[in-house]
Amino acid sequence: MNPDTRKMKTDRPRKNPLVMFIHKLGSPPWFYGFTGKFVPWLWAVFTVLTVWGLYLGLIKAPPDYLQGEIYRIMYIHVPAAWMSMMIYVLMAGMGFIALIWRIRTMEIMAMNSAPIGAAFTLIALATGSLWGRPTWGTYWVWDARLTSELVLLFLYLGVIGLFKAMDEPRKAARAASLLALVGLVNLPIIHFSVKWWNTLHQGSSISLTGSKIDPSMLWPLLIMAVAMKFYYAANLITRSRVTLLQQDLRKSWTRDVIEDATPERIL
Amino acid sequence: MLTEQPSENIGGSMAAAFLALLRRDLLLAFRRRTELLFPVAFLLVVVSLFPLGIGPNPALLARIAPGVIWIAALLATVIALDGLFRSDFDDGTLEQFILSGHPLTLLVLAKIVAHWLVAGLPLVLLSPLLAIWMNLPMESLGVMVLTLMLGTPILSLIGSIGVGLTVGLKRGGQLLSLLVFPLYVPILIVATAAVMAASDGLPYGAFLGLLTAGLVISVTLAPFAAAAALKISLS
Repeated sequence: MNPDTRKMKTDRPRKNPLVMFIHKLGSPPWFYGFTGKFVPWLWAVFTVLTVWGLYLGLIKAPPDYLQGEIYRIMYIHVPAAWMSMMIYVLMAGMGFIALIWRIRTMEIMAMNSAPIGAAFTLIALATGSLWGRPTWGTYWVWDARLTSELVLLFLYLGVIGLFKAMDEPRKAARAASLLALVGLVNLPIIHFSVKWWNTLHQGSSISLTGSKIDPSMLWPLLIMAVAMKFYYAANLITRSRVTLLQQDLRKSWTRDVIEDATPERIL
Repeated sequence: MLTEQPSENIGGSMAAAFLALLRRDLLLAFRRRTELLFPVAFLLVVVSLFPLGIGPNPALLARIAPGVIWIAALLATVIALDGLFRSDFDDGTLEQFILSGHPLTLLVLAKIVAHWLVAGLPLVLLSPLLAIWMNLPMESLGVMVLTLMLGTPILSLIGSIGVGLTVGLKRGGQLLSLLVFPLYVPILIVATAAVMAASDGLPYGAFLGLLTAGLVISVTLAPFAAAAALKISLS
């Protein structure tokens, strides 16, 4: 053992840089400053990827031999449906962290995820319904995946409703996080019970081992899926920064931020 | 506020606390006997509306009977659940539960059991009458009662989490239905599938097995979540 390590043991234990980083993210002024640096980049990457993905998907990709042009709604529908489920899991995960360690930035992020996730769920349902009309001949069928998605929308609405119903935001966030966790435990049960209840939907075309879609159609889909993830990150962080400012309106760091952002002549 | 006392002096063993709370809640319910009839009367009225709205065709009624009776039972349970913690929340009894030194999870379970005996069991006992009204075949009548016997406790257990989260709110009742109905979807599907399978002469044991599994899972997990929810509401 060299003398340096022995000396360290007598000092205060040095924090792992990753742990330090996570600790700092819990501090509102640090979180605000840190995210302010890269949130414009998230928006920029989202814009570039969306334009690229939509160009490949809507213009370059060939029409489907069976469905013709209508299949192109997939480039919105499928990524939105993926996002709706991913955001619920992330929301419940952040809610879990918020409940255990009571980190306020996590509470805010979990609660700001809910409206974004609900919006993706609504988009998935609406585009699916529009896609179903020409291909299945009806706007709505009670098929397993549509029904699961509808139940998911109800779960999101429950989380949002509970959060808005309580006056004290931190208590409301903890209550809604607990509800999101209960929903997460139930989600697989709901999914499999509904799936087994009725299956009419076409099977999954993409799995982890391979895909049944031609590469010229698959690439735009994957690009759009990544673009939506950047959208979620950018939207979530932008919303959370505003929520932080609103909650800390009377604190000194907020005053500094607002004074820095306001031109002299207005002050 | 109570002065701090060592917990062994207050309530005795955990089993004694559980039984004492169960006895108290049953006694309170029995003192207000008329209110015991509310969920039962609600179920009767709702189910009787269906033949009036759809028409008295016996074959059609028999087809929709499991769904109608189960949905009416869901509604009756949620309406009754709204009052599960209300009076204890308003008069501070819940705070005394937390101070008592007994696990809140156990006390919550006692309250849920008492509530089911008062509001859930009457629905189960009434269901044969409803099944006859709805022209359900005699062979599946027993299965209907069994699914309600296994399923209504699950409804009470899962619902208690929602009640714990909404107890401090003024319009908690309306929000409660939004919170818990999505969670009730699997129970509704499995229970009605069991009754329909029985009506069609198919095996239904697997569905009853799934319901039993659901009951075991919710008995073990839901009281913890409900206790955590109550602690948030009281904070």
